[in-house]
Amino acid sequence: MNTISEAWQWLTDSAHWAGDDGIWHRLTQHLVLTVVCLILSCLIALPVALVLGHLGKGGALAVNISNVGRAVPTFAVLVLLLLTPIGNWGEGPTVVALVLFAVPPLLTNAYVGMRGVDRSVVQAARGMGMTGRQMLWRVELPLAMPLVLSGVRIAAVQLVATATIAALAGGGGLGRIITAGFNLASTPQVVAGAVLVAVFALIVEGLFEIGERLAPGWARGRGRTG
Amino acid sequence: MTAPPDDCLARNEWICGEYLSTRRQIIVDAVLQHLELTAVSVLIALVIAVPLAVVARRWALAAGPVLALTTVLYTIPSLAMFSLLLPVYGLSASLVVAGLVLYSLTLLVRNILAGLRAVPEDTRQAARGMGYGPIRLLLTVELPLALPAAMAGLRIATVSAVSLVTVGAIVGFGGLGNLIYAGMNTYFKAQVLTASVLCVVIAVLADLLLLGVQRILTPWTRAVRS
Repeated sequence: MNTISEAWQWLTDSAHWAGDDGIWHRLTQHLVLTVVCLILSCLIALPVALVLGHLGKGGALAVNISNVGRAVPTFAVLVLLLLTPIGNWGEGPTVVALVLFAVPPLLTNAYVGMRGVDRSVVQAARGMGMTGRQMLWRVELPLAMPLVLSGVRIAAVQLVATATIAALAGGGGLGRIITAGFNLASTPQVVAGAVLVAVFALIVEGLFEIGERLAPGWARGRGRTG
Repeated sequence: MTAPPDDCLARNEWICGEYLSTRRQIIVDAVLQHLELTAVSVLIALVIAVPLAVVARRWALAAGPVLALTTVLYTIPSLAMFSLLLPVYGLSASLVVAGLVLYSLTLLVRNILAGLRAVPEDTRQAARGMGYGPIRLLLTVELPLALPAAMAGLRIATVSAVSLVTVGAIVGFGGLGNLIYAGMNTYFKAQVLTASVLCVVIAVLADLLLLGVQRILTPWTRAVRS
């Protein structure tokens, strides 16, 4: 109980919100990092997945990449990148590691979504004289949309979580408040930081949930491939 | 006066046989800690997950809260999870185990529940007609039929746990993560690479082991599954 009230005191102390180590600054870093990496990984993963899904090739590749991604510890990749020349690029290692981890769920979900489109619908579209490009944009992509978006959601939440680990390797973001707390041996700060991070992750998940409920029918419904 | 040794350790190379031979005991200890943390966490999670899934299957009212709670727990970033449990467990191995149990729970409950729900109603009816009581029905019909889905969940949970253990380095109980963390601070390339590779090797071996167990336990699926 004592730790909780001390953590609350830490959180409500306005001095802890301002400055370069302050909560606002860390929160902004976390948000920017997450958004930039999400956009980058979507730009990399989605075109590849949509084209492969349209052609019906590379399915085993898409699924295996996803499984390998789970087995490789994020923290290890971060530190490995940090010790290579990329380590000199400031936030470079963090961005590369985060993108590497967001690509697999995006790739797998989009691919599975494209392949899951009813073959008879595709046949019908072809029978109506649609070109491959038209089929991709007007038939397959709209029908695959719920799974594609569910991949984006999984990637976003995973990014928020992984951006936290970046702090272990000296990166910015909310995790920094926790690691700083550990270095100061200040349990209240550690707990306060953890609460902030957890709330931030839950808000992101919640926003996606709300977005999904409000979305028009074609984007709704969630099949997850994990 | 002896000249400083000119080996791969002194040159700080990524791959270094000298490292393996001189630090063998440290590496073995880290691997054992890693295996122990993973195994204990997944086993505890399994013991908790089976009853939870059975309850959620029996009473539809319980399914919502059980799934919601486990999903929320999964959203919380690992660094925050370990830190939030800090006041309860202190800097101990139990802290890491508790965090990993919470993560594994989500994956296990979801998969076991999906497996139980997939048992055909006809099968249950037939067993009831043969005079099976609810307990016998559960133990000899429903749970065995749910095994393939449960094992799939167990494999994902185990592989994820192997990679998440590394984050436990923040409290000094991260198995191979400890070596990565220490190697990061001292720029010790051979140690970081060796520990990272060992993490992946452990994850792959654990996955293969569980796959073998699955094949032995569910001989009836062999003809169907590729």
